[in-house]
Amino acid sequence: MAVLTKPTKPSAGEEQELLISGSEAVAEALTLADLDVVTAYPIRPYDTVMQAIAKKIANGKLVAEYIVAEGEHSQFEIVKHASTVGARVFCGSSGVGWMYAMEAITVTPALRVPMVALVGNRALDDPGAFGVEHNDALSVRDLGWLLVWIDTAQEALDTTLIAYRVAEDRRVLLPVAISADGAFLTHSQALTRVPPQEWVKKFLPPYDRGDLTLHPDNPITVAPQVNEDWVIEIRRQNNAATERAYGVIEEAYADFRKIFGRGPDNPWFEEYMTEDAEVILIGMGTLSLPVKVAIRKMREDGKKVGLIRLRWFRPFPYERLAHAVRRARVIGVIDRDYSFGSPFGSGVVANEVRAALYNAEHRPPLIGFICGLGGREVTLEDVHKATDICAAAARAGRAERGTYWLGVRE
Amino acid sequence: MAHLVCEVVYRGIFQKNLASRITRGIVLSARKAGKWGIAFGRYGDSPQRNGIPAKDFAIVADSHEELEQHMARYEPKELHVTICVDDTLSKGVESWAWYGLQPINRLLLPDGHLLMTSLQSPAALLRDIHKKETPYHLWILPGQASFSGLWVYKEDHTEARILGALAKIEPQVLSLDAVAAAIREAEWGSDLKVESARKAYERIGGRRVEPTEGNPEVPYSFEMPKWWEMREGLTIPSIPVGKPVEGGKGYRPERNPYFKKYTTRTMRPVIDFDTCVKCTLCWIQCPDSCFDVTPDGLYDANMESCCGCGVCEAVCPVKDCITMVNESAFEDNQSQWGLWRQGKDAYQVWLREKIQDRATTVRSHGFRYRGQYEEELAAGPLETGGGALASGIPGENAGRKGVAPPVRAEKATSIVTGVPEAPGA
Repeated sequence: MAVLTKPTKPSAGEEQELLISGSEAVAEALTLADLDVVTAYPIRPYDTVMQAIAKKIANGKLVAEYIVAEGEHSQFEIVKHASTVGARVFCGSSGVGWMYAMEAITVTPALRVPMVALVGNRALDDPGAFGVEHNDALSVRDLGWLLVWIDTAQEALDTTLIAYRVAEDRRVLLPVAISADGAFLTHSQALTRVPPQEWVKKFLPPYDRGDLTLHPDNPITVAPQVNEDWVIEIRRQNNAATERAYGVIEEAYADFRKIFGRGPDNPWFEEYMTEDAEVILIGMGTLSLPVKVAIRKMREDGKKVGLIRLRWFRPFPYERLAHAVRRARVIGVIDRDYSFGSPFGSGVVANEVRAALYNAEHRPPLIGFICGLGGREVTLEDVHKATDICAAAARAGRAERGTYWLGVRE
Repeated sequence: MAHLVCEVVYRGIFQKNLASRITRGIVLSARKAGKWGIAFGRYGDSPQRNGIPAKDFAIVADSHEELEQHMARYEPKELHVTICVDDTLSKGVESWAWYGLQPINRLLLPDGHLLMTSLQSPAALLRDIHKKETPYHLWILPGQASFSGLWVYKEDHTEARILGALAKIEPQVLSLDAVAAAIREAEWGSDLKVESARKAYERIGGRRVEPTEGNPEVPYSFEMPKWWEMREGLTIPSIPVGKPVEGGKGYRPERNPYFKKYTTRTMRPVIDFDTCVKCTLCWIQCPDSCFDVTPDGLYDANMESCCGCGVCEAVCPVKDCITMVNESAFEDNQSQWGLWRQGKDAYQVWLREKIQDRATTVRSHGFRYRGQYEEELAAGPLETGGGALASGIPGENAGRKGVAPPVRAEKATSIVTGVPEAPGA
């Protein structure tokens, strides 16, 4: 179980408690981060963030360029360029809007542009639907974007600040996409602590691209055309930056804890009642809530069940994860996504965890569950059912099937 | 360990900000007493659509862990309190998020509370509210469907009054002092609003509703198909062409068999078939193809598919031929033309009663001319809905249609059921 450090005495100023949504919490963080350029194009549920930022600017709380683009592709192109000249930038989208921007999204990591984007997770069309699925953000998992999933409005605020710190670190300089479940996070208002500006100043240094800044005083050309003599070296550089992100993320969370007096010891994932757990469930985002509540009930009944809620998906914490499940007798991964035709027909996270454990000493049976697609609730019954299936596999020492779909009208 | 799960049922756009203020107010009031809370809208709803029923929720609890316990179901299935801010929703809720008709009291726990803003009597409301197997309490906060918080509309204190009433209904979770403190700090709050909350706390009255009371109709519902029963490729059958009726003399368009609009509307057209000139404008202009063509060439608005937009009234060239009337004046969805055919004199009596009653022909979900709301506010106290209503029949023809003074304060005899009702029943 992740231990929250005890709040230390605030060094200057006081935190303020507000009743705000996850989207509004992101806007609070952007205000504290003194954002320079933001682009917007509406799509639900991300649009709640752009509205919250617009309100901040209109109310004089934030001074930033707010550019309404004519589509998502331009939205990502504009901030890419702004970031290259040294502006701290933000944008975001959801579902097919994110996909429409794909070409701009693809070129961003290679240019080492530290944009922070909010993906309000939404099912991809068709069918047109608003509800949450993680396939939109996961579609960029191989491209050099750092991907992090959040669970609460507080985590939305904190993670936005951390994202800038990691993205803009000269050792990294990569874009970060923060994934927030549509509805469950973007549209729910929870009590959230907003830190004072001084703390944020201490945590987040000004953005400085140094010799990579596009400026007349620093004549450079960005993104020349190249042939096969150059490409693989460029990819190798990107890979090195992604690997350095592991250490930078650890550093950022440690500093965050020191300055803000809260935040997890383990940046990568939250562990809930896993110390002695025989069954460990793994998932991302807000499905942690029904899973935790179901686990409390099962613990009352003497069942040893725990949860690992993944925050960072890129870079993927494979070593730490293998260590965390070393004593489990079975693992159940609940995917709020799909990967048709994949090994075992499992979701993306289940197969990622399988791969992470392949060389591990302890490799318990792993079962994938596909659940909660299109915004359907992951219910307490779903969690109980998944746990029962896992427990049976633990007793048998092997999983009968690789994947189960839960909560479908069968 | 005390906790409270509430919903606010409201009409899209018009009451979106009002509903949000109420749920935020509940959480912030509870926070004053050291409790935890969360406020959220039902995501599958479409609160940006005019008049579409939608829901907001507020959950508060003593501890964070207890709050999580009750948040674990994103859409609460059991409620302590349902707050309804438009009494036409007493007929039930058909939202974007939900198929079929959901009775307004459906999610209430036994002995739960239904708090409605309305100018109707409990007896009148209970003719619409569906029967429930367990008893509950009905509380009426006098007032019209409010637009408080919507753009330029004046504050009528509805959110503060609801919070004050709630402190009376659920004192173990919300104290009046906590409510007052939260209202004072809200961006929409003021000392005057605190005063309104206190008045509502003192004056609100409720009564117990027994399982024998209410509308006995079984609400419309249907079963959703299994995944393997659904057609592949995201295809659904189209609505087929309509069928002739009564030997080809009349015509009825086919309609979506799954999506009815019984409670989507807040008003419905009442048609004078004796003055209709068969110009076809209502039939052509209706965006929902809700008019059936009768064998005698008249146009009968079918209540399965009318969403109450008022376009027919606006385009009708004949004085008083089509008049939009508040849904609360009706207890069924029967064909008006069928009624007219049974007896034309009786129909005229029924028609006059409906269209001359200013209590039911005034707006329910929209103002029809600039300044109408200000006139209502200036005319009288808020608790009676702003006093006598300044003008009346909505629709673009309003200026040309004569308005008779109110003939009664309550609903009178229905010629359908034949049951008279004493005022104040």
